[in-house]
Amino acid sequence: MPFGNTHNQAKLKYSSEQEYPDLSKHNNYMAKILTAAMYERLRTKETPSGFTLDDVIQTGVDNPGHPFIMTVGCVAGDEETYEVFKELLDPVIEDRHGGYKPTDKHKTDLNPDNLKGGDDLDPKYVLSSRVRTGRSIRGFCLPPHCSRGERRAVEKLSVEALAALSGDLKGKYYALKNMTEAEQQQLIDDHFLFDKPVSPLLLASGMARDWPDARGIWHNDNKTFLVWVNEEDHLRVISMQKGGKMKEVFTRFCTGLTKIETLFRDRGHAFMWNEHLGYVLTCPSNLGTGLRAGVHVKLPNMSKQAKFDEILSKLRLQKRGTGGVDTAAVGGVFDISNADRLGFSEVELVQMVVDGVKLLVEMEKRLEKGQSIDNLMPAQK
Amino acid sequence: MASSFTRILSSKRNVGILSLVGGSVAAGFLLHREHVTAGEPLRRRYPASAEYPDLRKHNNCMASSLTPAIYAKLCDKATPNGYTLDQAIQTGVDNPGHPFIKTVGLVAGDEESYEVFAELLDPVIKERHNGYDPRTMKHPTDLNASKIQSGVFDERYVLSSRVRTGRSIRGLSLPPACTRAERREVERVVVDALSGLKEDLTGKYYSLTLMTEQEQQQLIDDHFLFDKPVSPLLTCAGMARDWPDGRGIWHNNEKTFLIWINEEDHTRVISMEKGGNMKRVFERFCRGLKEVERLIQERGWEFMWNERLGYILTCPSNLGTGLRAGVHVKLPRLSKDPRFSKILDNLRLQKRGTGGVDTAAVGGVFDISNLDRLGQSEVGTNHSMWRITSIRPSVSLKFPIC
Repeated sequence: MPFGNTHNQAKLKYSSEQEYPDLSKHNNYMAKILTAAMYERLRTKETPSGFTLDDVIQTGVDNPGHPFIMTVGCVAGDEETYEVFKELLDPVIEDRHGGYKPTDKHKTDLNPDNLKGGDDLDPKYVLSSRVRTGRSIRGFCLPPHCSRGERRAVEKLSVEALAALSGDLKGKYYALKNMTEAEQQQLIDDHFLFDKPVSPLLLASGMARDWPDARGIWHNDNKTFLVWVNEEDHLRVISMQKGGKMKEVFTRFCTGLTKIETLFRDRGHAFMWNEHLGYVLTCPSNLGTGLRAGVHVKLPNMSKQAKFDEILSKLRLQKRGTGGVDTAAVGGVFDISNADRLGFSEVELVQMVVDGVKLLVEMEKRLEKGQSIDNLMPAQK
Repeated sequence: MASSFTRILSSKRNVGILSLVGGSVAAGFLLHREHVTAGEPLRRRYPASAEYPDLRKHNNCMASSLTPAIYAKLCDKATPNGYTLDQAIQTGVDNPGHPFIKTVGLVAGDEESYEVFAELLDPVIKERHNGYDPRTMKHPTDLNASKIQSGVFDERYVLSSRVRTGRSIRGLSLPPACTRAERREVERVVVDALSGLKEDLTGKYYSLTLMTEQEQQQLIDDHFLFDKPVSPLLTCAGMARDWPDGRGIWHNNEKTFLIWINEEDHTRVISMEKGGNMKRVFERFCRGLKEVERLIQERGWEFMWNERLGYILTCPSNLGTGLRAGVHVKLPRLSKDPRFSKILDNLRLQKRGTGGVDTAAVGGVFDISNLDRLGQSEVGTNHSMWRITSIRPSVSLKFPIC
């Protein structure tokens, strides 16, 4: 536990009513679901590593949320959090992931051969393609809860495993605390460098403690495969390149991920995964595939259509500005990616992006010529 | 297989045991994508050397004193409330400091922190408080305002006078560590006691969660309202958790005696008024503090205090008196004199801008206050403030006095 007397022994001398947070002004998934009765049932529990209910919900208590945007409001401190606090987390997951039930099973499919098409998105419109996910190393606490020793061990294991990659995946690790000015500038220019989190959503959960100790960036020499170590998750894995060859990006993504998983296994470690939740990550919103596959695509005409958002929704896609989440689109260029993470496999999600973006570009071309797009309207996926 | 494996790992100090076991056992267990169930206590434990923070780029009192040996000795200890060394030093690890300003770099989670982690806290206290040694010295407390003889300043120069300190309620954890219930208990105890204040000290409590828009605006206009802390020095210590739950402001009807509840400390007590009558400000301060103490004692509580450290507060820099007595004073000419800083230094005073710590002086008006908190009593500290009266004639005559 990063802060406070969240040890059960100290806190249990007060009644549950006295400890229950004031959530009257809150609008996040945790606040919707955590009743006083549920708090009473769960507050005496802790995971084997000592993560408690108060640790799970602190970020949601400290960040009441926005009236229009629903944040999750809870985090996991270790793999067991999702089991010990399932009474809270299962409904949060169900609400956040479109009705995913506690009995549902999640499919993992990282075989790029199962993806149809995706190698011919028009580069005049699709400027870049990118796939990202996260991975957690089983047996280690997650960023909100880990000690310095644990975090350093995650870094050490990751760097050792990544050092064994070869061919077009051969690369180099840059520890945040050791990098030179020149290296830092290069990483900024490449848009690779991540900063200490400033969002109160992340800070309140304790994941920025001891920054920049044991944080770093690894990337291959070609700059098409990138791994973040110890930012919001143990690992964030990113495959990207300019242009519209999503299939190539996804193939490298799958190959790289599978190789990394094997390298970890050779060293006696596995990724956190189970058949209900898929890959286990810090934030419940990233469970399942943890995958966001997206493109930067020029849609100046499409985006002015009244039905743009409705079309995206039917395609199970979401839009963001080109700075990423919570930014505005610049010059009619949008970041279009899959909206789902859990309940669909990796291949299925990338397929949605490939098919959806192909359709959007076709619609854009029609609009450019002043033609109607009515007969292209998609059905709900 | 999963359960037998977790039993192997349940003993403490298993340094990277999975990497030692390696080979067939781990591979066999881990290749299966199994659901891990909650079972025996299981946490990777690392030796102190693997947990010791990297302080090479740090410049704060904690980093100066926390050797690997002291860390190793203290890292497995906890106070009776469960507060640990890692929690105490987190703010200093997260905030390396400024090359020119030396911050303290640690906080106390409860009264016992000062004892359990004494091996680190004593040298930090010594460095921060000019050699004060808590092992051998005693701190004098003196809140007898009648001992102050002078203390009325020229109002053409001294625009306002203010004295503040903090008090902690014994038996309840401090803001970095307290649970929501403990914080609410602090609020309840203090508000209940304050409702017993009478005459010129009669006042009202404004809870941050319940105040109306008008009340909020009035408090802002009066410059009474405190905000959720933004300084990473504070937020990294965990004292802004659950904001604004359990926080509030109490002030008397005359708006000259003000108490903050559950900001950086359990309570911050402030006496202030416009003009230069520091004597009256200090008199009200002492009277009010003693009255509040009497009222909480009636209800079976007391303040955290001991004769080594004086009044116990969250930050070691505020031990002793926790007192900052200051004025807003116009010193446009004196402040331009190159000897200004040295003069202040010799008088054991410090300058700040009129927005408080870390702000700039506006229009030649400075916030001048005492530097010291520990080792000198409240009365003694105020005596050093009176020396500022000797500066005033120099402002008009342009002869600074050292």
